[in-house]
Amino acid sequence: MPTKHLLRIEDLHHSFENEEVLKGISLALDKGETKVIVGPSGTGKSTILNNIIRLVPPTKGKIYLEDTEITSAKNINEIRQQIGFVFQDFGLFNHLTAKGNVMIGLTKVKKMNKKEAEELALFELERVGLENYADSYPSQLSGGQKQRVGIARALAMQPKLILFDEPTSALDPELTGEVLKVMRNLAEEGMTMLVVTHEMGFARSVADELIFMEGGNIVEQGDPEKLFTNPDHKRTKEFLFQLTDLYGEGEN
Amino acid sequence: MLDIFLEFYPLFLRGLGVTVFVTIISCFSGTILGTFLALGKIYGNKFVSAVVRIFISIIRGTPLLVQLFIIYYGLPAYGIRLTPITAAVISFIINSGAYQAEYLRGSIQSISGSQLKAAQSIGMSKWQGIRYIILPQALRRVIPAWTNEFIYMIKYSSLAYVIGARELMTEGKLIASRNYQFFNVYFIVALIYLVVIILFVSLFNRIEKKVTIP
Ligand SMILES: Nc1ncnc2c1ncn2[C@@H]1O[C@H](COP(=O)(O)OP(=O)(O)OP(=O)(O)O)[C@@H](O)[C@H]1O
Ligand SMILES: [Mg+2]
Repeated sequence: MPTKHLLRIEDLHHSFENEEVLKGISLALDKGETKVIVGPSGTGKSTILNNIIRLVPPTKGKIYLEDTEITSAKNINEIRQQIGFVFQDFGLFNHLTAKGNVMIGLTKVKKMNKKEAEELALFELERVGLENYADSYPSQLSGGQKQRVGIARALAMQPKLILFDEPTSALDPELTGEVLKVMRNLAEEGMTMLVVTHEMGFARSVADELIFMEGGNIVEQGDPEKLFTNPDHKRTKEFLFQLTDLYGEGEN
Repeated sequence: MLDIFLEFYPLFLRGLGVTVFVTIISCFSGTILGTFLALGKIYGNKFVSAVVRIFISIIRGTPLLVQLFIIYYGLPAYGIRLTPITAAVISFIINSGAYQAEYLRGSIQSISGSQLKAAQSIGMSKWQGIRYIILPQALRRVIPAWTNEFIYMIKYSSLAYVIGARELMTEGKLIASRNYQFFNVYFIVALIYLVVIILFVSLFNRIEKKVTIP
């Protein structure tokens, strides 16, 4: 089914055992857009992202990447190459250096030759400001640096969009800035991104659209400025107010 | 004592050669078998993991000597006749594989599942993720347990003497039955085991250090 959107989610439902955690989510991302999802813990934000690349296959609903229906695709590994994923806990490969982490998808999945893969890996590490840490192992990096390796690893696959699942919430407050800055640059360069985060400063200044979720439903989505200043729903106001209070507006 | 060693050293050394050969083959093949068993137990479907679990509990729940006898004395009834060394190696591989499977299982499960998720997120199949991400780390972590297993195996391989495989213990017994110097001969045998084990342990410790991930 053709679509002009880069990513389109239609009436997505997900149940764990008998508990329905996603109750009909629909949203779409166009090329170059950044959308931010916020919502209380346990609302199903991570489940949406996991459903998209079928790390957790959805119970019901359809998800399209351009013209391809991901939900029924046979070649899920090929689709995953086109969608980057950045994890809250980084998910770095501990036995590989920063460079090795970025290269392995290129050599083993894309079958690129070593030399080319290395060049691209170094380029992506430079893009996230880690050109001097190419030979460091994850255990030798700070949280912020680890997450930037995670972003470089996703970027190296040259994905059509990147999903971020709370990329800064495992970090010490003073380290979130360097990661958010990388993400902000990506947004400016035109990368398409779907970001789950509590960083309201980032949401407000970078997101094209803010999506507020609660209890497995989208309560409200729209221009971040509108949701912050004049939302349609009382819950949106309460939640965003509380988050801004908790985390501040942030530098970024 | 030295004179006994000098007189019979070709026999001692031949026995030692067999012991080391049997141990190395058994341990390495046991690692391969153990890896498949561990993977089957963790990632296999219900049927596979049940079969693996039953297999491991049978092997770990029965004496090695009984397993050895079944293979050497039992199998000929079904037309399978093995030389003592082959029978010993096969039973040691099976036995060691079952133990190593459990070490490896612990080691694999100690590696965070988020790495496998991350591997899949860049388009690796589950199998690629296991092969390129999980196993390289799990095998490193299992080296200390593996070293222990190797030490056990060198010593347990002396059990092969009961079916007449001519490893170090068997040679010792043959020599002692010739010169009746039981104390001296077995003392030499013990000393050889000790030296060889110390050498291998220091080798494996060196390897462990070398492949440790910072
Ligand atoms: N593997 C699982 N098995 C059973 N229930 C699960 C599983 N994963 C998540 N859940 C439940 O599904 C619900 C949604 O989880 P999800 O992780 O998507 O929430 P979230 O919005 O990302 O929360 P957080 O902000 O804490 O990350 C939660 O109630 C959670 O307990
Ligand atoms: Mg989550």
